[in-house]
Amino acid sequence: MDDTVVCRALTKVYQEDSVAVHALRGIDLVVPRHDFLCLSGPSGSGKSTLLNLIGGLDSPSAGEVRVDGLKLAEMNRSELAQLRLHRLGFVFQSYNLIPVLSAIENVEFVLQLQGMSFTQRRRKARAILAEVDLQGLEHRRPGELSGGQQQRVAVARAIVSEPSLVLADEPTANLDSVTAENLMALLRHMNEEHGVTFIFSTHDKLVMDYSRRLIKLHDGEIAADERRT
Amino acid sequence: MNPRLAWRNLWRHPRRTWLTVAAIAFSTVLLIFSITLQFGSYDIWIDHALGVYHGQLQIQHPDYLDKPQMRKTVANATGVAAKLRRDVDPRKVAVRGIGFALASSQERSYGAQVIGVEPGYEPEVSTIPNVIRDGRFLADPDAAEAVIGATLARNLKLALGDELTLLGAGRDGSVAATVVQVVGFFESGMAELDRVLVEIPLGHFQEVFTMGDAAHAIVIAGIDRSELDVQRDQITTLLGADAGARVRTWEETLPGLKQAIQFDMLQGWVLYVSLIVVVTFSILNTFLMAVLERTREFGIMLALGASPARIGALIMQESLLLTLVGLSIGVLVGLGITIYFYINGFTYPGLEEYGAEFGFPASITPEISFFSIGLAPLAILVFTLVAALYPALRIFGLRPVEAIHAV
Ligand SMILES: Nc1ncnc2c1ncn2[C@@H]1O[C@H](COP(=O)(O)OP(=O)(O)OP(=O)(O)O)[C@@H](O)[C@H]1O
Ligand SMILES: [Mg+2]
Repeated sequence: MDDTVVCRALTKVYQEDSVAVHALRGIDLVVPRHDFLCLSGPSGSGKSTLLNLIGGLDSPSAGEVRVDGLKLAEMNRSELAQLRLHRLGFVFQSYNLIPVLSAIENVEFVLQLQGMSFTQRRRKARAILAEVDLQGLEHRRPGELSGGQQQRVAVARAIVSEPSLVLADEPTANLDSVTAENLMALLRHMNEEHGVTFIFSTHDKLVMDYSRRLIKLHDGEIAADERRT
Repeated sequence: MNPRLAWRNLWRHPRRTWLTVAAIAFSTVLLIFSITLQFGSYDIWIDHALGVYHGQLQIQHPDYLDKPQMRKTVANATGVAAKLRRDVDPRKVAVRGIGFALASSQERSYGAQVIGVEPGYEPEVSTIPNVIRDGRFLADPDAAEAVIGATLARNLKLALGDELTLLGAGRDGSVAATVVQVVGFFESGMAELDRVLVEIPLGHFQEVFTMGDAAHAIVIAGIDRSELDVQRDQITTLLGADAGARVRTWEETLPGLKQAIQFDMLQGWVLYVSLIVVVTFSILNTFLMAVLERTREFGIMLALGASPARIGALIMQESLLLTLVGLSIGVLVGLGITIYFYINGFTYPGLEEYGAEFGFPASITPEISFFSIGLAPLAILVFTLVAALYPALRIFGLRPVEAIHAV
């Protein structure tokens, strides 16, 4: 079993003031290792909801999610925290970083949670920041970095712990098109060099073009699932 | 988790943090000042209240404390006193006879407490011999003379050298009567004593009240406060089992003083605890605000794999650091102020009058000890840490998705 993510009949219903919102209506999805998958679809189609369920940040109303073969529904809170710490990386749309920590400290934060020694994690964080092209900016705080640079730090932080899966919800939404393309090139590079599975969402055609597999969500269902080359 | 992270988080809003630090520091200073002064004033209350007249220990007939009566005497009192002066530190010992009499001048009569004192030893255990406003203290152990409280003298319209008639009952129930010459007036600082006390030489007292060699109290003073119980036990042993006498501490002979202190302390504690509670709630309020506006950040941390316990610990650390900064400043300033008043004495308008009534001096020396200095900071620390548990434990109820979408 070499699939990173397996979703079976995944359903999410939000209860909004006695109105049931069906955010996901029975998603069946298999994401093999090394995939570089893009979720697209109109606003409200369930992209974020799906990503949150896969990341164990929220629990489904029905159906199941498996990450690296582990059933999320059977894990308690601290097991989920361990799963996120060792197997998952997250990149959010914006304000990803801890504002009082410098770029390198933000990257190290995860390694520190893992219990890595200072010299070891410093070396690792420095290398990964160089890889995302941020050498020289290691000691800047998030407020002193541009939006694109902040997202690069977030990518570096997501990748530094060598996870099997990185989830990125609209990572380029706040970036101009050139910066967005650079970031996508970087994600693609990480996918190829580090063998990490990526699932990201976007509205942006340009960003979709970087994917190797494009899933279109519509009203909580998979409307299209195409391989690209 | 990471003290450096906690420390930096503390200074995200420097002004807010400084305000909180100032609140903690200020209440610490206030509490240290009040507590050291309060404790210091008790020592003075006790020392002076006892120094005027009562002494720290008294040897009495076993039943005298319950019901002071003429016939409940200690035999061979001067002999026992002499033995104590020889064997017990600090050798400040004086014998007293205590009786009641109608004191009459040419014009008026008042009830008076007549004390037979040893003129040579009384100054060791009482300040009265040293606060003679007019005339002199007693000299001859057998002379028919008296020093009396200034208020009593005024009431009786007595002048120096006037004669005072004392009429009471002797130990055997017979009439005890004498005429003494007033040789001095005293102002002890204790209004009660100045109104009722007549001191005459012990020899004359024993003769008039048919006491023989007996007396009612052997007063002992000058004992270190911490040694009081040890000294009492030592003297009890020295007296022997069937000496027909008991050693009483000031807490027994002057129970009102102890009660007054306890009541005053209780009032103090109510005030202090209220202050700490108010301060704690204001700290909790700002702290809760600071934590709430970081909800999204905590959501990110949860997504990265930090456990709620680690984030909770971070919050506890932040509150600990915040409190420690405030407490350090508070303790330094508080200690500075306390040392200043320790050297210079603390006084305020009206203290002198108030003090005169209860027999302590016009300035208070604060008590400096680990307890009096450390109590307030420790209490504040405990209260704020308990308060910080609330925002820290809230993290456990935080759902990552919601936290991340919070603004
Ligand atoms: N916490 C929530 N409570 C109630 N309804 C929610 C909640 N979160 C999402 N929804 C609803 O679920 C549906 C799917 O939302 P979701 O955020 O997954 O869409 P999305 O595809 O990410 O949209 P966008 O492109 O705007 O980010 C929407 O109808 C949304 O209103
Ligand atoms: Mg979304």
